[in-house]
Amino acid sequence: MGVAALIAFWLIAIYNGLVTLKNRVDESWSDIDVQLKRRYDLIPNLVETVKAYAKHESTVFENVSAARSAAMGAKTPEEHAKAENALTGTLKTLFAVAESYPELKASQNFLQLQDELSDTENKVQASRRFYNGNVRDFNIKIEQFPNSLAANAFGYKKRGFFEIENGEEREAPKVKF
Amino acid sequence: MYNQITSNKRKSVLLIAVFMAIVLLLGWFIGEYTGYGYGSLGFAAVISFIMALGSYYAGDKMALSVSGAKGPIKKEDNPYVYRMVENLAITAGLPMPKVYIIADSAPNAFAAGRDPRHASIAVTTGIVERLENEELEGVIAHELSHIKNFDIRLMTVVVVLVGIISIIAQWFFHFRFIGSNNREDRGAGPIIALLGLAMIIISPIVAQLIQLAISRKREFLADASGALLTRYPEGLARALQKISAYTAPMKSANSGTSHLFISNPFGRKNISNLFSTHPPMVERIKALREMS
Repeated sequence: MGVAALIAFWLIAIYNGLVTLKNRVDESWSDIDVQLKRRYDLIPNLVETVKAYAKHESTVFENVSAARSAAMGAKTPEEHAKAENALTGTLKTLFAVAESYPELKASQNFLQLQDELSDTENKVQASRRFYNGNVRDFNIKIEQFPNSLAANAFGYKKRGFFEIENGEEREAPKVKF
Repeated sequence: MYNQITSNKRKSVLLIAVFMAIVLLLGWFIGEYTGYGYGSLGFAAVISFIMALGSYYAGDKMALSVSGAKGPIKKEDNPYVYRMVENLAITAGLPMPKVYIIADSAPNAFAAGRDPRHASIAVTTGIVERLENEELEGVIAHELSHIKNFDIRLMTVVVVLVGIISIIAQWFFHFRFIGSNNREDRGAGPIIALLGLAMIIISPIVAQLIQLAISRKREFLADASGALLTRYPEGLARALQKISAYTAPMKSANSGTSHLFISNPFGRKNISNLFSTHPPMVERIKALREMS
């Protein structure tokens, strides 16, 4: 009797711990989602602005729009990451095109959109780091023994990291307490 | 880190209880000594209760107004600082704190509030102008760590309570000089009077020591967790170097709020280590450099 009760308490404790971590992961994913949506909303405006100055670059605009739709249709973090990287690639071409139109580069509207886009991208990076930290905690928790037994029984699976390109990604500092 | 949060919450409650006890004892001794009796005890009870509530709910506003902080600013007022705080708050998974600016050329910053939902960050105009992008990020990450660890609740409560104790002690001296002549034959024996006097002298010192003890360790901790946020300990290390190179005091430096700031607002003085609210900059910079 006593042993059974003990095991039950232990399972409850592990289960509750896992639920907390899982919710933290989900919550932080929705933070990323908010920022990604903001980015998708900015892109059509940006394309329109560039179009007004650079009418003949239609393939670039089509590529950006296609990549944007693909990114909006992505489901899992891994799919999102792939689609986001493709979208970032097409945006780079768009800005490269903009380089050769001095009037566009001087346009207040364009500068503001560019500024907002880079701000949103910074925020995607920021929320991505928070998300990945939570995923790491969750994955460690469900892989550790004896939690792994309970996690298997409850059907918890490892979550995927959200990895996107970033030129200045830094290594985690080694903190000693 | 979560243990740190629990311990900070517990300490905040404990601290309020200890301070209320000190104030009540002071009230009792003042009553015995001056002959006002239980009236002053009741007075002290009311005062300590109001102050404890006040320090919990309005401590941040008091600290901000004492420091001359203007705000909360909107994104348009200072997009550079606002966005930096916003991005780092997202990285830390914190709600956006209110941002205040202090018009002072001394580089300094602090955080206050009772929990992450009611938190404020104040930076001086000096720190924004003097520091590079990554350095300021390091400083703001340090302040956000104070918010995340609930250091702010403990430290903000301390601001008010330490202030109250010294005010009460001052009142006592006031009472003593006015009230002693016509009450020579009243009440308290010399031993209680002596004890009371000792307590009144000691309690502000005790209050100061508590303030020091709780703020020094958490600076190291906030440095470390801030470095985890930015992933760039060198940024904060360089920021601390620049901040410590600036030796003039802040205009609004105040002993009640000095432990809130990232660097001592009184500027560099040769105060001994024991009585400093901040660990030496050299040690903090060294600890940060060892991380990268």
